[in-house]
Amino acid sequence: MAKPLFELKDYGVRFTTPDGEVRAVDGLNLAVNPGERLAIVGESGSGKSQTFLGALGLLARNGVSQGVAAYQGKNLIGMPIRELDTIRGRDIAMVFQDPMTALNPVLRISRQLTEVVEVHAKANKAEARDQALAMLERVGIPDPHKRYNLYPHELSGGMRQRIVIAMALLNRPKLLIADEPTTALDVTVQAQILDLFRELTAEMGAALVIITHDMGVVAGIADRVAVMYGGRLVEEAPVDAIFENPQHPYTRALLDSIPHGDRPIFEMHTIPGRPPNLMRLPSGCAFHPRCFSRQDDCRLSIPMVEASGSGRRVACFHPATETGAVT
Amino acid sequence: MTSLTPRREDFADELEAEALSGKARSLTRDAMIRFRQNKAAVASVIMLCLLILVAIIGPWLLPFNYEDPDWAAFRAPPSFESGHYFGTDQNGRDLLARVLYGTRISLTVALIATMVSVIIGVLYGAVSGYYGGRIDSAMMRFVDIMYALPYVLFVILLMVIFGRNIYLLFAAIGALEWLTMARIVRGQTLSIKEREYIEAARAAGQTPFNIIWKHVIPNLAGPVVIYAALTVPEIIATESFLSYLGFGVQEPLTSLGTLIAEGTEVFEVLPWLMLAPGFFLVSLLLSLLFIGDGLRDAFDPKDR
Repeated sequence: MAKPLFELKDYGVRFTTPDGEVRAVDGLNLAVNPGERLAIVGESGSGKSQTFLGALGLLARNGVSQGVAAYQGKNLIGMPIRELDTIRGRDIAMVFQDPMTALNPVLRISRQLTEVVEVHAKANKAEARDQALAMLERVGIPDPHKRYNLYPHELSGGMRQRIVIAMALLNRPKLLIADEPTTALDVTVQAQILDLFRELTAEMGAALVIITHDMGVVAGIADRVAVMYGGRLVEEAPVDAIFENPQHPYTRALLDSIPHGDRPIFEMHTIPGRPPNLMRLPSGCAFHPRCFSRQDDCRLSIPMVEASGSGRRVACFHPATETGAVT
Repeated sequence: MTSLTPRREDFADELEAEALSGKARSLTRDAMIRFRQNKAAVASVIMLCLLILVAIIGPWLLPFNYEDPDWAAFRAPPSFESGHYFGTDQNGRDLLARVLYGTRISLTVALIATMVSVIIGVLYGAVSGYYGGRIDSAMMRFVDIMYALPYVLFVILLMVIFGRNIYLLFAAIGALEWLTMARIVRGQTLSIKEREYIEAARAAGQTPFNIIWKHVIPNLAGPVVIYAALTVPEIIATESFLSYLGFGVQEPLTSLGTLIAEGTEVFEVLPWLMLAPGFFLVSLLLSLLFIGDGLRDAFDPKDR
């Protein structure tokens, strides 16, 4: 396999709070290959967003990222801001969750778009304008010439997310990180936006990391899925393998909790308990208090992430090997 | 549309079409529309414009100069026959000319000092708030120290060292007023920098200078405009106060404050000497305050 585009090695994110240290992400190893679409899945607080914010130096003041977060072999952690600024926005771009707040309300769209080009590509105003208009056209904004000079509040949510995507793609990044890009949108618009992501990243050959808790989004767009729990990777596999044969009990529970049309609503399957408090993670496997297949050893030590064939990695002492069967 | 039921997007498109047909409405434009509906504020704008116009053009139309005495009329009460509509002072100088000239000086002082305070205050506050942490603490402690200095003492010291000078007065007042502006701007910046578009700008690899200049400062427009509008009357009052104490402009130049100070001494015998400049000062301050109030309501309609 080709060298990974982006790689996390023994990566961690810590926050110092008045109540003690929080390990939002711990001992994470993960790679993104050029052109692939990886989904990061997990509950709130599983560290999925902080992983990538940390790699790009965007943590809150009390946060620190550790280990290696390498883009094309260059470690981004500890890199001087000036150097980091030449990578983020140009090679690695980010799309944020809420298009309502990700655009500056007092600046026209035109200015926000051209600015992104001017900062990195050193293009002049006319070139930046042409590129911005072409990109608006490409992301499906009707009449881009007319909308070009509007303010963000004059556009609908779907339109705004398209603009945010256009901003992220203007410099033709090699890696696009989308942090819950469809959460704030209507369901019909969600589908359109996901299609857009798929088309555009394929067209530009960019890798896509999509951070989400929506398994529908995962199924719709990802090649590969990484499931996180309590700041650690619990399972990583190609998307079909995850849906057909989830091995980690948490992944299984997550999939099982999706409501089905053929199941009465009162039979909604939920995961008992609550997401763990990162400040006091349970001993051993963080998921063991909520796990159906836990055994004594789960409480004693943290299971290592181990390969289990056909591109799959699982961190569990007692993974389900076949559908339904639990060892 | 192929679907039978209308989707939210369809309506959004209509709304957009409406927006497309007109001029793009910025938040500032919205605020101006609200401002125009405020009767007191609009009346104040007209009043202020009149005062400014009269102060600029008036002295040229008068037959009297603000510094030359009319040897035929000393201590003359207001009268239409003599042409001294506001009367004359003890030195026979036409009071109307002096009041108009004083209004000019007061307005100039206010404008320059406000500009100084806005420029320094916004830059200082935005940098302090954006960087935060130790830089912020150090910069704000400096502001606290400046606050702690009694400003009259500060002005007296400046006057003693550099002599009485009208430009120094501008600088001294501006240098004091920026402190509050810096505090307000810093507070706003603290909240603005947590917004997602700032994070997005950082993720896009923009430099801190760029972010402060292009994303933080434009978002400060509302509070800065409001505070600046309220600073102008404050500075006019401060200037009048300093002039009253004798630290302001020098004879034969005059300002509203100086005129009032001179007028109070002889109020019992020559009341017009205080009433005329007093009327100008009060109408100036009132209209500025109403404008500031109107701007605040317009920029922050929830805060009424």
